[in-house]
Amino acid sequence: MKPLAQPAETSEERIMNRIEFTFAGQCLSALGSGALWWPDQKLLCVSDLHLGKSERMARRGGPTLPPYDSRETLTRLATDLSLTDASTVICLGDSFDDLDASAGLATEDKLQITALQAGRRWIWIEGNHDPGPVEMGGAHLFEWVYNGLVFRHIAQPDGQGEVSGHYHPKVKLTTRAGAISRPAFLLDHTRMILPAYGTYTGGLRSSDAALTRIMAPGARAILTGVHPQLVPMPG
Amino acid sequence: MTQIPARITDWFSTKGWSIHPHQQEMFDRAQEPATLLIAPTGGGKTMAGFLPTLAELAEGQHTGLHTLYVSPLKALAADIGRNLREPVEDIGLPIRIEDRTGDTSATQKKRQRADPPHILLTTPESLALLTSYEDAPRMFRGVQRIIVDEIHALAESKRGDQLMLALARLQTLCPGLRRVGLSATVEDPEAIACFLARHPDPCRIIQADPGPDPDISMLKTAEMPPWSGGGAAYAIPAVMAQIKQHKTTLIFHNTRAQAEIFFHNLWLANEDGLPIGIHHGSLDRQQRERVEAAMVRGDLRAIVCTGSLDLGIDWGDVDLVIQIGAPKNVKRLVQRIGRANHRYNAPSKALLVPANRFEVVECVAALEAAQAHDLDGEPRGTGPRDVLCQHILIAAAAGPFEADALYAEMRVAGPYAHLTRSAFDACLEFCATGGYALRAYDRWQRLQQRPDGTWQLRDPRAAQRIRMNLGTIQDTDTLKVRLKRSRGGKPLGEVEEAFAASLTPGDTFLIGGQIVRYEGLREMVVEVSRRADRKPRIATFSGTKFATSTQLSDRILRMFAQPDWPQLPRHTAEWLALQREISQLPQADRLLIESFPDRGREHLCVYGFAGRNAQQTLGLLLTKRMEEEGLAPLGFVATDYATLIWGLDAVTDPRPLFRLDALRDGLETWLAGNAVMKRTFRASATIAGLIERNTGGQRKSGRQATFSSDILYDTLLKYDPDHLLMQITREEAMRGLVDFGRIEAMIARIEDRIDLLRLDRVSPLAAPLFLEVGKVPVKGEAEERLLAEESARLLRAAGLSPA
Repeated sequence: MKPLAQPAETSEERIMNRIEFTFAGQCLSALGSGALWWPDQKLLCVSDLHLGKSERMARRGGPTLPPYDSRETLTRLATDLSLTDASTVICLGDSFDDLDASAGLATEDKLQITALQAGRRWIWIEGNHDPGPVEMGGAHLFEWVYNGLVFRHIAQPDGQGEVSGHYHPKVKLTTRAGAISRPAFLLDHTRMILPAYGTYTGGLRSSDAALTRIMAPGARAILTGVHPQLVPMPG
Repeated sequence: MTQIPARITDWFSTKGWSIHPHQQEMFDRAQEPATLLIAPTGGGKTMAGFLPTLAELAEGQHTGLHTLYVSPLKALAADIGRNLREPVEDIGLPIRIEDRTGDTSATQKKRQRADPPHILLTTPESLALLTSYEDAPRMFRGVQRIIVDEIHALAESKRGDQLMLALARLQTLCPGLRRVGLSATVEDPEAIACFLARHPDPCRIIQADPGPDPDISMLKTAEMPPWSGGGAAYAIPAVMAQIKQHKTTLIFHNTRAQAEIFFHNLWLANEDGLPIGIHHGSLDRQQRERVEAAMVRGDLRAIVCTGSLDLGIDWGDVDLVIQIGAPKNVKRLVQRIGRANHRYNAPSKALLVPANRFEVVECVAALEAAQAHDLDGEPRGTGPRDVLCQHILIAAAAGPFEADALYAEMRVAGPYAHLTRSAFDACLEFCATGGYALRAYDRWQRLQQRPDGTWQLRDPRAAQRIRMNLGTIQDTDTLKVRLKRSRGGKPLGEVEEAFAASLTPGDTFLIGGQIVRYEGLREMVVEVSRRADRKPRIATFSGTKFATSTQLSDRILRMFAQPDWPQLPRHTAEWLALQREISQLPQADRLLIESFPDRGREHLCVYGFAGRNAQQTLGLLLTKRMEEEGLAPLGFVATDYATLIWGLDAVTDPRPLFRLDALRDGLETWLAGNAVMKRTFRASATIAGLIERNTGGQRKSGRQATFSSDILYDTLLKYDPDHLLMQITREEAMRGLVDFGRIEAMIARIEDRIDLLRLDRVSPLAAPLFLEVGKVPVKGEAEERLLAEESARLLRAAGLSPA
């Protein structure tokens, strides 16, 4: 008898900590890291990397931070890419803190981006911090429409099947042992907003008017963390 | 010189004074290279230090600086100046005396460098600053003597290490320099002597007559102390009665917040309108000086104060010292008591007021220790390397130096007598390049080697920045508080930036004894308005929390071993008896752990008696170990004697949690990311010059500085964990805020003698811990479980099904 071949572990099995949901007719997963995973398209989407933030703050006379924040963010991205084996990567805007930041990125960081890009389709969506094309491989688009989903940096009033970032949403839950706050995905029937993926980024509470205005009543939130959690979006 | 000049002895006689034996001995030994005088307050200590100087200068032969006097307080330097000018003017001695501190004007300072006085009164920082100028050799030419006042206090901090390095520099400039140390009563005079003397010179110790034993007792109150808290409000009527019976009372507190609250309560009970003042380090300098002046005039009947009055000018008429709260440290208690009754040979009178039930035990133990002259103190470690780094930069600011010569010079400083060449080279390398991970940054490339092998500043302009950031005092980041009103407004004092950040407009807090309402923050100033009609929110601007000393903790454990407690008030003795009946009392060579459920959570109470800081660290490390074992801890709170941990599951076998190697491993890995370690790093990084607090006249806000120092720390931890500053941070973690040294000592003491008692409810000794403030939450699996619970509940409530 022929022995049964051991089935290879699929990327779906490797990504333990995720929450699956259906959005605009597509089956998607929110990962605990803050990335969005679209298994049918082998597509990974991350938002607001803010690479080069420390370098920019130093240039503008702020506190001097070492430039390792970019490496930290890229290391987490590399982990997600190796877990998912994604063939398409979308960076949803504000990938660089500003245009000079992309030029001033350390050589090691540029090399790591190039290594991550190898063998993948890579799309940079423009953000408000990095509006023009940047000197980096990959396609540069204002927005990208694909299989019923539209990827853009800032949510628009009439967005349908829209995936955006920009706001760095966070959610605070009051449990029986106190309040816990986490970066979170926000989603309703027409749009979703991704949490910031960058290392030194702040956040905006889901209860902020800027977010309650955009999101429809009955919106939900997915808190990032070791075990992502789905909750009705606290308004 | 063999005899005190007649002019001086005559002046003593006209004052009706005679020369004390220790003053005479100090005079007779004046030619020895180093002398340490141990004398109680009011024993004519300062005069003993200055007599040889006055005698040597009496003939007017000396030109330039003769004697440097260094004190830890600017105010003390000014006060000594006044006291010294009196005999000099009365006798008509040709001696010029000036002080030089942070308060001295720039013109005056400039003139002093060109034309120095005979006697210069200064602080360790101002002295270090003077050695950083290129013309230091000229200014210090011919200096004969240096007098270090309150040396016991300086030896307790890095200010002392810096001072001894500055003295080593001076000794090179003036080889004949003789050193004199003046100290209050200490547990180990030899250690202070080694610290003071030029290594390996001998140092003679002269002990003045300590005078009669102080009269210490517990304050009798009608009400019992509460179970927890530090306010001691219950004792207000009894304290008020004592104030009325005495001329002037000093009321010491351990923290500024406690002092404010007590002062507020005392004022409400002050029906006779007695003049009572408040004095602590957060108050505006003008306010403090007003209180000091009123005190000197004898206008005040009582002063509510903190450690800000531990040292300093002679208050004269204080006839009672009251210590509110456990003294934590016997030596400090004895020194505080010494502030009462400065008339030599009269006993000082002091009363202890425990703030809560446990402190009754601690106060009685401290009282017994004071009566037995059993003083405590941690042995002084070797000089820290962050101070060394700063000294290298100061040396570079003064001009090019040879590494060999600087190394040899540093080793004559007592704290650095055993400095190895490799440790020195590591510090030099750091000063030159910033260390491996930071080598790419110009700002940390500060020294360069010249063709002749000497080291100099890469950019001469850096000297200015080095001088601006000189010093080792780590003041917590504070913001000024002003009344919002007319231009500028009246300054009331300062609060910690973190406290200010927690305020929202409308919140009320106490400062300088008044209730104020927070209005807003404007240009780094907290603006407030007066508000007498509301209960204050507690002011938490009380940086320092002392840990109970090892010796005092041991004494408490010995007291617990007694069959009964006739020396304790009945309510406290009954409480301990009840604990013994329901559970056990902690013992010196065993570790008692209680486990019990309460309100749906499991609790673990660990009676380590290792002091507040170490118990806090133990809480961090144990909850981490519990997390690894899947015991889902939620949080903990620590006091000087115990750590109480709560979580979702009960601990059944504590032994694996207490393995020293696992705890040490936790310190190296997990605790490395903790805020306490970051604070420790920040202090050392600031001293070593990695972080500048002052840049170009503009002070960084604390939060900005914290931000960059935290990120620097994370970066070094990840990419250069053996960086010099990381090594220093780990060394510092053995004491101070982390105090891992005491955890190691505790585990060595108990070995595997751990008693886990499972109780069905909270024990008498653990109960007060529930009321403690400063609870620390633990983020981990318990949080994930709680989030999952809450998420399921919310989804159910919304009629949704989980994904």
